[in-house]
Amino acid sequence: MKTIDPAKTSSQRSRTTDRFMTGVFYVVAGFFLLLLLAFIAYILVNGLRSFSPQMLSFTEEGIGNQLFNTIYLVILALLISVPIGIFAGIYLAEYAKEGKLTRFVRICVETLSSLPSIVIGLFGYLVFILMTHSQWNLFAGALAVSLLCLPLITTTTVDAFRALPEDYKAGSLAVGATHWQSITHMLLPACVPRIMTGVILAAGRGFGEAAALLYTAGMSTDINWSNWNLSSPTCPLNPFRPGETLALQIWASRTESIAENATQVANFSSAVLILLVLLFSILARLLSRRLDRKATGAKSN
Amino acid sequence: MKGKHMVRREYLGRVVVTAFGLLMIVITFAIGIFLAYKGIGTFTTYKHSVGEFLFSSNWDPADDFTGGGAVGAAIFIVGSLCTCGLALLIALPGSIASAIFMTEISPRFGTRIFQPAAEIFVGIPSVVYGWVGMSVLVPFIRKVFHLQVGYGVLSAAIVLAIMIYPSITTVSADAIRSVSKTYREAAYGLGATRWQTIYKTVLPAAKSGIFTGIILGLARAFGEALAVAMVIGQRKAFPTSIFSPTTNLTATIAADMGGAAEGGEYNTALWTMALLLLLISLLFIFLVHAISGKEGKEK
Repeated sequence: MKTIDPAKTSSQRSRTTDRFMTGVFYVVAGFFLLLLLAFIAYILVNGLRSFSPQMLSFTEEGIGNQLFNTIYLVILALLISVPIGIFAGIYLAEYAKEGKLTRFVRICVETLSSLPSIVIGLFGYLVFILMTHSQWNLFAGALAVSLLCLPLITTTTVDAFRALPEDYKAGSLAVGATHWQSITHMLLPACVPRIMTGVILAAGRGFGEAAALLYTAGMSTDINWSNWNLSSPTCPLNPFRPGETLALQIWASRTESIAENATQVANFSSAVLILLVLLFSILARLLSRRLDRKATGAKSN
Repeated sequence: MKGKHMVRREYLGRVVVTAFGLLMIVITFAIGIFLAYKGIGTFTTYKHSVGEFLFSSNWDPADDFTGGGAVGAAIFIVGSLCTCGLALLIALPGSIASAIFMTEISPRFGTRIFQPAAEIFVGIPSVVYGWVGMSVLVPFIRKVFHLQVGYGVLSAAIVLAIMIYPSITTVSADAIRSVSKTYREAAYGLGATRWQTIYKTVLPAAKSGIFTGIILGLARAFGEALAVAMVIGQRKAFPTSIFSPTTNLTATIAADMGGAAEGGEYNTALWTMALLLLLISLLFIFLVHAISGKEGKEK
């Protein structure tokens, strides 16, 4: 009869548990990865299956106007948020001294970035629509979205400045440049690729935003593509006209089906949105990878 | 003359960027003050008590300026709480297991495939989640559980769980990665297996980082409006089971704000709900700071 060595069984048991748990981790991680892949594949396939040529038209049955509004709105939002975000970032990275005020600005940036987008949207509705007594318009939507992009651009700017080697600034100051001159001529240009990555991510977020636009940009769009009088409410480039975006169009097709093919349009819009998001995140990734390579290449010199 | 140049070269830029830095404070405060100004009306203009708003389920505000209706928002608050709680229960085990997988079990695969994939999913628009939930998940749940409608707490919780899973996973993975290597080496040196090392050493050491991830995920779930609104059913009643349709704070604001007379009791009650959302979001930030502050002290 074999005597059982207690030490051996205990270590055997823990080895079995170890193997078992490793298996569990593989299964869970694999499951979620497959789920994510299935999610994207479903949207793309379903979107393509729902596609018909009329969807590309600039009519009620197509997504042309909404796609244009989405891109136009994101461009407007970036025009507003990029300068403010970069300036605020420069302040935090270069001029703010460690202290209560700086801490406070940081907490404000953090608060802004974690506010629910519907809260931002309601603020936009209150200030840009109700208090200005205007109708729902693209510009108000752009302002709301720029509030969402602002904290992201500020933090990437701060991170970009922090990531620069010390000698950049030291070198510039040593040749007699002022702090501001060093920033505009040396530091900021060196930060551009990294800030661009943040801007691209912010744009990706802007494309999909809907809750902040419900009561700011409005849920209708009426564009006359032969009307180029900027003050006319149907002129495509007039920012002070209602501008439904792709994301809002998906939301609208939930209940109010304006067109007969609302479901198909929503499927196709989802696919287009996903493609935009994928495209932008791949762009951001390529840019930051090139940056890393450049940084390591500089080191080996 | 030289002084004038100096002004242009240094102080002007400095003043401008400082102004924009301070603008961040102004914006944050403006959002808080304006929402408080609109939301407080329920209690000042229409004379309801905070207790009624928070704990009563009698929701019947008058859509005019005389008031006299009931503004109990408990149904929406409970709706938000239970969908987020259930979403967290669903997402958390998977998130932590995935975070462990991508850092401890297969770090190469983790950083090259898993992390980027998760990050892409953080960026997917929420209406798309809602739309897929509506067209796939809701009919699926109706069929599997033999229900009359598939809209309800469970559908909303699953959609939210899928949305917050990547956020919690990436933050937790960062926390686990930042645990010092010496901890692991010490554990292996004592003869621990990999699972024992993870379970007894790495996870406790990464605890506060993981909590931060959980809170950020919860905050995202709480503030999510349209994806939930698309699958929760939007029925103004308490849920009786995880299958029953109900509604929550964000979905109600999104759906009803446009139809209520500006400044009326109904409209003001909705603004109060928005104010409540803002306060909850501030609470989450406060919690994150409390956790990271405590961690800083321990170190």
